[in-house]
Amino acid sequence: MIQFYNVSKIYKNKVPALLDVTLRIKKGEFLFLVGPSGAGKSTLIKLIYREEVPSRGQVMFNGKNITRFSSGEVSRLRRKIGMVFQDFRLLPNKTVAENIAFALEVTGASRENIRQAVPLTLAKVGLAKKIDQYPAKLSGGEQQRVVIARAIINNPVLIIADEPTGNLDPDTSGEIMKLFQNINRSGTTIIMSTHAWDIVDRMKHRVIRLKNGKVEGDEDSGVYNLAT
Amino acid sequence: MKIAGCTTLLLNTMFYACREAAISMVRNFWMNIVVVFVIIVSLVILGGAILVVLNADYFASSLESDVEISVFLKPDLDQNTVLEIGERIKDTPGLLEVEYISKERALEQMKASFGERAGILKNLEQNPLPDAYRIKVKDVNQIAALAQSFEKFPGVDKVRYGQGLLEQLLLVTYWVRLLSMALVIALGLAAVFLIAATIRMSVLTRQNEIGIMKLMGATNWYIRVPFFIEGVMLGLIGAITAVAVVSWGYMELLQRLEVAVPFINLVPETAVLTSVLVVLLGLGVLIGATGSLISIHRFLRV
Repeated sequence: MIQFYNVSKIYKNKVPALLDVTLRIKKGEFLFLVGPSGAGKSTLIKLIYREEVPSRGQVMFNGKNITRFSSGEVSRLRRKIGMVFQDFRLLPNKTVAENIAFALEVTGASRENIRQAVPLTLAKVGLAKKIDQYPAKLSGGEQQRVVIARAIINNPVLIIADEPTGNLDPDTSGEIMKLFQNINRSGTTIIMSTHAWDIVDRMKHRVIRLKNGKVEGDEDSGVYNLAT
Repeated sequence: MKIAGCTTLLLNTMFYACREAAISMVRNFWMNIVVVFVIIVSLVILGGAILVVLNADYFASSLESDVEISVFLKPDLDQNTVLEIGERIKDTPGLLEVEYISKERALEQMKASFGERAGILKNLEQNPLPDAYRIKVKDVNQIAALAQSFEKFPGVDKVRYGQGLLEQLLLVTYWVRLLSMALVIALGLAAVFLIAATIRMSVLTRQNEIGIMKLMGATNWYIRVPFFIEGVMLGLIGAITAVAVVSWGYMELLQRLEVAVPFINLVPETAVLTSVLVVLLGLGVLIGATGSLISIHRFLRV
């Protein structure tokens, strides 16, 4: 589904964030992206949803070269991708329902559709009762569930999670990971960057290890490998 | 089927855009009040000026039929020269009617106007009045220029026309036009920049939201439209209020004048007001659209 061909990304400060990365991600995979801060995890993720354009090399998504996408094509690409962030990025002045509805509204979905889809999706993440709450009233774990609901309401083919458990305690993290596991079982590809070695080691999925912008390791059912 | 799908998509999107615009307008309430107020003031001034000018023109055109140039000839000209001057006058473009009034006819007219007291004139040994041409012009604005050109004709002694009232009226409308244009342009620009500033503020307060919208695949169009609607709505609200103020004021004026000075004819309201209304509404929308486009262009490089 996703291919990187000799991708390098050099920001304006001349330090390469990614160097000559070539990799391939198949549909339905669950993939951990690990490595120390500044290793290039965020850059790699941003290249997939076209927040950044590679300085060299090509990124393919479903057989299309997304480096050459127009802004309209970028919009359509992003509607196929659900985004989950460490800092949630919920709108504080909108209710849970409105925050989730947002993702459907930008696609031009009808209000009728949205009215049906929102409670259904909230039920999937176990938050049906919090539908009219504001994010500030929710715990960190609950907020992250709202973010996941927002990410999956479009039925995306891919979910990108950038350190989704970074602000959560271990128990809550475990629940969030169960959610991701369920979403992955229904066929959605998941790419997750993380520092949580225990989660990575426990779940036995593919692990791509980045260091100084290079792929240092790529193994199926890998471990975090603290030594790096 | 595809077209129907696109239409509902568009309708949904427009609904969300209008909703976002409304939310944004409520959020920046006081700023918006100021903006709308400036638009109202500038459009009311413009509307008032248009009405003054229209009425002055209307008044001038009603005077037009009464306004003539009288060209008095020198006393001792022979008949041929008198006729030649007549031909030269008739060749001048922009005239409606040229009438020759001989000194004899002028005297008769004078006697007629004196009525019973015409006896005074019998004591005259000779006719003191000059031959004259009485000229009606097509456009009152040309009257001064035409009169001057006639003055230069050989054999012409004096040229008289409705100096005073008409000239002053034309001068007033000239200044009203000039001043109101300057004022309206200045206020219009101020309104445009105020709108741009408000839209900039709503863009900045929604920066967060815009970032998230982009991540979710909102198109540039989808992100920009609410701000455009906001600007146009501000312009429209200002314009509608201005139209209401101007119409009410004018109708009030018409009623009072009818009672106080019935001989002054103003342009009846419906004829003028509709055109003024259209101009003001159009300008309000234009101000709003321009202002929001400036800010969208400068601060929404999505």
